[in-house]
Amino acid sequence: MSESIIPESELEEVELYHAKSWWTEKVFTQDAKLIAIQYGLTAFAIGFVALVLSWFMRIQIAFPELSIISEGTYYQFITMHGMIMVVYLLTALFLGAFGNYLIPLMVGARDMVFPYLNMVSYWTYLVAVLVLFVSFFTPGGPTGAGWTLYPPQAILGGTPGQESGIILMLVSLCIFIVGFTMGGLNYVITILQARTRGMTLMRMPLTVWGIFTATVLALFAFPALFVSAVMMLFDKILLTSFFMPALVEFGENLTYGGGSPILFQHLFWFFGHPEVYIVALPAFGIVSDLISIHARKNIFGFRMMVWAIVGIGALSFIVWAHHMYVSGMNPYFGFFFATTTLIIAVPTALKVYNWILTLWRGNINLTIPMLFCLGFIVTFLNGGLTGLFLGNVIVDVPLSDTYFVVAHFHMVMGIAPVLVILGAIYHWYPLITGKMLHDGMGRFHFWVTFVGSYLIYFPMHYLGFIGVPRRYYEMGQTEALYTSSAADLNVFITLAALAVGFAQLVFIFNVFWSAKKGIVAEKNPWNATSLEWQTPEQPPIHGNFGKELPVVYRWAYDYSVPGAEDDYIPQDVPNEDVSLADGYSELGVEKT
Amino acid sequence: MVPFILLVVIIGSVLFHIFTPWYSTPIASNWSNIDSTIELTFWMTGGVYVAVLGFMTYCVIRFKNKDGRRAAYEPESKKAEVILTVLTTIGVAGLLAPGLIVWDDYVSPPEDAMPIEAMGQQWYWSFRLPGEDGILGTTDARNINADNPFGMNKNDPNGQDDILIEGDDLHLEHDKPVKFLLRSIDVLHNFYVPQFRAKMDLVPGMVTFYWIRPTVAGNYEILCAELCGVGHHAMRGFVQVDESDAYKDWLNEQSTFKALQEQARLDNNKALAFNKSN
Repeated sequence: MSESIIPESELEEVELYHAKSWWTEKVFTQDAKLIAIQYGLTAFAIGFVALVLSWFMRIQIAFPELSIISEGTYYQFITMHGMIMVVYLLTALFLGAFGNYLIPLMVGARDMVFPYLNMVSYWTYLVAVLVLFVSFFTPGGPTGAGWTLYPPQAILGGTPGQESGIILMLVSLCIFIVGFTMGGLNYVITILQARTRGMTLMRMPLTVWGIFTATVLALFAFPALFVSAVMMLFDKILLTSFFMPALVEFGENLTYGGGSPILFQHLFWFFGHPEVYIVALPAFGIVSDLISIHARKNIFGFRMMVWAIVGIGALSFIVWAHHMYVSGMNPYFGFFFATTTLIIAVPTALKVYNWILTLWRGNINLTIPMLFCLGFIVTFLNGGLTGLFLGNVIVDVPLSDTYFVVAHFHMVMGIAPVLVILGAIYHWYPLITGKMLHDGMGRFHFWVTFVGSYLIYFPMHYLGFIGVPRRYYEMGQTEALYTSSAADLNVFITLAALAVGFAQLVFIFNVFWSAKKGIVAEKNPWNATSLEWQTPEQPPIHGNFGKELPVVYRWAYDYSVPGAEDDYIPQDVPNEDVSLADGYSELGVEKT
Repeated sequence: MVPFILLVVIIGSVLFHIFTPWYSTPIASNWSNIDSTIELTFWMTGGVYVAVLGFMTYCVIRFKNKDGRRAAYEPESKKAEVILTVLTTIGVAGLLAPGLIVWDDYVSPPEDAMPIEAMGQQWYWSFRLPGEDGILGTTDARNINADNPFGMNKNDPNGQDDILIEGDDLHLEHDKPVKFLLRSIDVLHNFYVPQFRAKMDLVPGMVTFYWIRPTVAGNYEILCAELCGVGHHAMRGFVQVDESDAYKDWLNEQSTFKALQEQARLDNNKALAFNKSN
């Protein structure tokens, strides 16, 4: 609500590059908004492949007697499903798609600061996706090493895809990281340098804070994955021994010696744990904004929310070895990493409280984005709480490598962020296309996705309690553990998974159908305050804002301000332009 | 409808937990403290789950949009944030502290624990007991060949009386602590017996460990719990926990490294003689 003096602009604006042909306008575009859509469509396309893979996996688990896929194929599918979902879908979608679309618009910039680099970033990402996809068709197929790619197994003969799949996987990851680095630097610098006048850091919407912090994390974390991928390529192709000790492959002594498999795990998780937050922090930011907008109330404890995002981001770099409690690393690491891991629960819990305290005394519109937010809170809370099991080193011992872990991470970094992504698409679709998504299909999509996912993953924890290990092609005869009722539970989970999968087809149909036949969206249909909705055109055109860049007078959460006639005040409206409600002489001051 | 479904989710989750037929297998080792820590974690997190989501559902009912309602304008409340931070920190510490105490126990095997080696390779288990001297001989993956599948150092006197068990069940003596020394000769594996509650990876190039004291006689399945290639799900074995007498009988039937070497030498000689005579 507070206004401060707006600085004079110190530099002339630089003209943007304007496309001269259809190719440079629509395909090799430098407009961040189009690049965002390219990122989004590519990520969804490859993500759909990963979704289909999961159907085969679930059918195999529920009906092993059908042997719908072989052992090798099963392990290839779980590997590709995991890697695609984590890196090529979630990371690309949150940073490449949402980052590109929203950062310039929300901070009041005309585009990213390096539009050309931004374009190259997308095409590099596309190459990474294609290299990964090609591995499905090479001799031996894609790698089946598990998405964690642990050596020595990943490059030895007992693992499918060791002929070429593992090489393509590692190369693809390297290309992805190169592409990401170009995009990531762009996001960070745009946020730091190209904010419009009055847009102080503490006036940025939490969406931008989340994407910003996640990008910084990714810029620090991905190099660890990059070096481990390069070293493993050397171990595979040049027979170096970075990760390979002296060992025997099916009775034959290999020439490797002196390397450490655990070193790889440290490097992998030094990337891999921040990766969880690279996905989670943008989701935190977006969900904060959606809840605030659709509950018509300012986000509760904004400053705390910002510091929680930054704090979680920093802490996420000192918790990685909680993925390695039973890896054989020095057991005394367990004390340190369990402590840091449980500390991270505190700022995370505060965020959950603040979302709900935002609902408290709000004016809650149960729009589709709000429904997805509520679904997010349920699944994220559930997954966060099971994190307290797995983070507490001794509790992790019996549960590690069981279905409890599968249920936990799908709930917390699969379903929860995906619900945010979907909610965000329902929220920003009118801005991007100028049309509303179909409401009935949307509500059907939400309920099947939310309830269905909960029915998949909530009971799955209990398979972990029994002790059913993950990554088993089939359980076979294990009476003590895998009773016939547990097998029935797996059938139930598979049916729920197929139902959720079907609902996504409805969503995809809705996205394409509504773009043509949807109701035309009113300007700023949700009555939001942030700058992306204040553009002269909806959808915004190249350059985003009209002749003059907007000037920001307030934070992004001026909802239901006492004294204002409307229940929202856009960020670019100064106090003197706010129409007052009856009985007020100025904002917050009643007439006496 | 929205609050109704939220309530169904919350209450359904609680009822599912109370009535689930799927829960831990009956414990057969000394690690009942692990089970109690899980139980404690369940009660605390379950309480938070119900309280937080219950409050959220209340908000959805109470503050649902209707004509004329306007949300409150309350940017932050330092008091609420401090109280919630303190409560959460206390709760988290209450989970962590007992957990770390049990972990300390887990990584500190008792002096009298018998060392037993569990060796993993794609895709089966082998075992090695120390023999009468109580010491396992040294090994090296480079020594492994058809006559020496464990990669024993033949010159190590401690290894001569080691008892080697290949392709058969491991037996443990009831109530006697054992320290499993875990060794892999190819890829990562994980020696996991659900009823013991314990597990640890086997890492080629190093020896890892954990310890247990079997408390219930019986036959338990070993499951590999670290992805180790296409045969991962089939990498099973059995541990038989015997009363003292049965254990000793079993032990007496097993062969030492020395005896097996002798046997191999005789077999080779026989084969040579057979070849010559033809």
